Amino acid sequence: MNFGFLFNNIVELTITGLVLGSIYALVALGYTMVYGVLQLINFAHSEVFMYGTFAFAWVVVFMHGTASASQTIGGTIGILVVALVAAMLLSAAIALLLERVAYRPLIKKGAPKLIALISAIGASFSLSEIMGLRDRITGWVGLDDNLKNYVAKARDLYSSPIDIQPVNLFSIGDYQVTDVDLVVLVAALGMMVALDQFVRRTRFGRGIRAVAQEPESAALMGVNATRVVQGTFLIGGLMAGVAAALFMIRFGSTRQDTGFIFGVKAFTAAVLGGIGNLRGALLGGLLLGVAENYGSAVFGSQWKDVVAFVLLVLILLVRPSGLLGEALGKARA
Amino acid sequence: MIRSTLVRAIAVTAVLGLSVTACGTTNDNKASGGKSSAACGKNLAFLGAETGDAGALGLNMVGGIKLALDEYNKKHADCKIGLKEFDSQGSPDKAPALATQIVNDDTIIGLVGPGFSGESLATGKTFFQAGLPSISPSATNVTITQQGWTTWHRVIGNDDAQGKADAKYLTTTAGAKKVYVVDDAQDYSKGLASVVKTTLGSASAGYDEIQVKQTDMSATVTKIKSSGADAVFYGGYYTEAGLLVKQLRQAGFKGTFMSGDGSEDPAFVKAAGASAAEGAVLSAPAAPAPSDFNAKYKAVNNADAGLYSTQAYDSANIFLAALDAGKSTPEDINSFIGSYSGTGASGPISFDSKGDITSSTIYAYSVKNGALDTANPAPIK
Repeated sequence: MNFGFLFNNIVELTITGLVLGSIYALVALGYTMVYGVLQLINFAHSEVFMYGTFAFAWVVVFMHGTASASQTIGGTIGILVVALVAAMLLSAAIALLLERVAYRPLIKKGAPKLIALISAIGASFSLSEIMGLRDRITGWVGLDDNLKNYVAKARDLYSSPIDIQPVNLFSIGDYQVTDVDLVVLVAALGMMVALDQFVRRTRFGRGIRAVAQEPESAALMGVNATRVVQGTFLIGGLMAGVAAALFMIRFGSTRQDTGFIFGVKAFTAAVLGGIGNLRGALLGGLLLGVAENYGSAVFGSQWKDVVAFVLLVLILLVRPSGLLGEALGKARA
Repeated sequence: MIRSTLVRAIAVTAVLGLSVTACGTTNDNKASGGKSSAACGKNLAFLGAETGDAGALGLNMVGGIKLALDEYNKKHADCKIGLKEFDSQGSPDKAPALATQIVNDDTIIGLVGPGFSGESLATGKTFFQAGLPSISPSATNVTITQQGWTTWHRVIGNDDAQGKADAKYLTTTAGAKKVYVVDDAQDYSKGLASVVKTTLGSASAGYDEIQVKQTDMSATVTKIKSSGADAVFYGGYYTEAGLLVKQLRQAGFKGTFMSGDGSEDPAFVKAAGASAAEGAVLSAPAAPAPSDFNAKYKAVNNADAGLYSTQAYDSANIFLAALDAGKSTPEDINSFIGSYSGTGASGPISFDSKGDITSSTIYAYSVKNGALDTANPAPIK
């Protein structure tokens, strides 16, 4: 145990933890919104995120080529914005596809929630393996040679050829805050605030809250529940797409199983903050990111998950519905 | 629990016993028929990862074996040898069941593998008890050859040799005063990193363990920076090695970055980004492949050769040389391997009594001009 190290480097550990935590939080939104509306844990949401990371890298390869280059965020902002939009679109498309194929038929037939959960796990495996076998799939239609920059070595690491170099902006204590840190934090917080306001203030947001609170009454009041559920998946997908783009800017490479661990962490963040609660997802994500860093600092990096999950258990013992524990439906406008 | 395990153990032992005797008899019958025909239609087995995280490494090995078999079968069109592939995903949990399948298959005369150290430790006893000779192209953990498994061989220098050479390179060639050691807690990685750490002695500045598939290394980066280390050694594979050096360089770390053979792959540069990877040193107990190897490999496999391709090619060739010498029983093949001496694509090969390669030179490969320079490594003396 090394508390001296923790206190000497607390600023650096906190900021890098917040940066990772804000990406967790954006993914956690997808879990929390779907749970809020359908009381269903969408385990395939991790793959929605993973497809976003690939969309980002594909666009960079498409626009820039495969030659590796070092760039600052400012130097390559055009490509990054297009890649961000592509990540959001593909993630949203996958989320909508999931809703249409893996959930709606089950919900229409009134299947128990447990069945939908199993369907989610199955969809998660399928999506991940399809990405890992994309070279074979393109091979069937004879396109694998034309697309080899995008599909070759499908199970191996896939990197964005543009390597983002952070620029130091200012220092807090002895930690140099970089533009990448700032972009990730501000973008994540900005998306969160926008979404929170959207759900609280707009007509569609009111519909989401109404369906979450009491689906039958909402239907009687003229809310189209199917639309609302679709919209919820769509928003979750868009947020996962933003998370994917920020992940790629920070880490630069992905693979077909990237979603799994990230999904577990984001789901944990959602539960930590109170699943079904938007602000809870933000708080849970940031807290988890920082807790992991502190845990690594004090006990060694191999213990970081132990620390994070012990924290989760302790918080749930005291507050069984999570830190902010308020469901989406009960949020007041 | 105990009873069911016992019953299972007895059942497995019984099956093993039967298959071993079955193996022996068929081979004896055939051996009396003719000199090299005994092995016709038999197979080599490959056990290692073909899918999963390390699938790329396993496919490099399978490609090497296929090249060796292709060359052999062209010369012996009337007496071909096949390959049976067993995909363990590199997992010590999945390998034992496959090992049982392999020893029960009496068309298999030898094993190229297991690919990794963890699965080697988990399956070595099964292969030893069944008497099936094996040559691993890539498992380098020191303890494997200390178990007394006389059928187990490897054509690659072990972690002890590599770790000592790496520590020496860091302190003498790179001139590092304080070296921070990181590993990913797997059998191979921990073994290599602990040899480096012990050899460094007082020059070791600290130690941290990360996890496989971890993407954010910020806590480890903070530790390295605040330790004042001027060099980092990482024991593990290229994905995490690349991410670690990328995040270290982004945080302003200027010292030497070194890793072992698990990271010696062009994908390391992809994971790190060209500018962060520049100057990184990756050691491997293998000389670069001969200049024509990649062309031959590509003609058979339609892909470029990679890490461990030459070692797998050599391993398969040793078995094929045993068949050429008229050996057909597992015992004969095993003693042939024990006394084998030759020069393969990965360098000179002969085995000591434990199954380790007798002489292996460790080479330092470095990343230059944005690419891993696989052609001109510096031998570490």
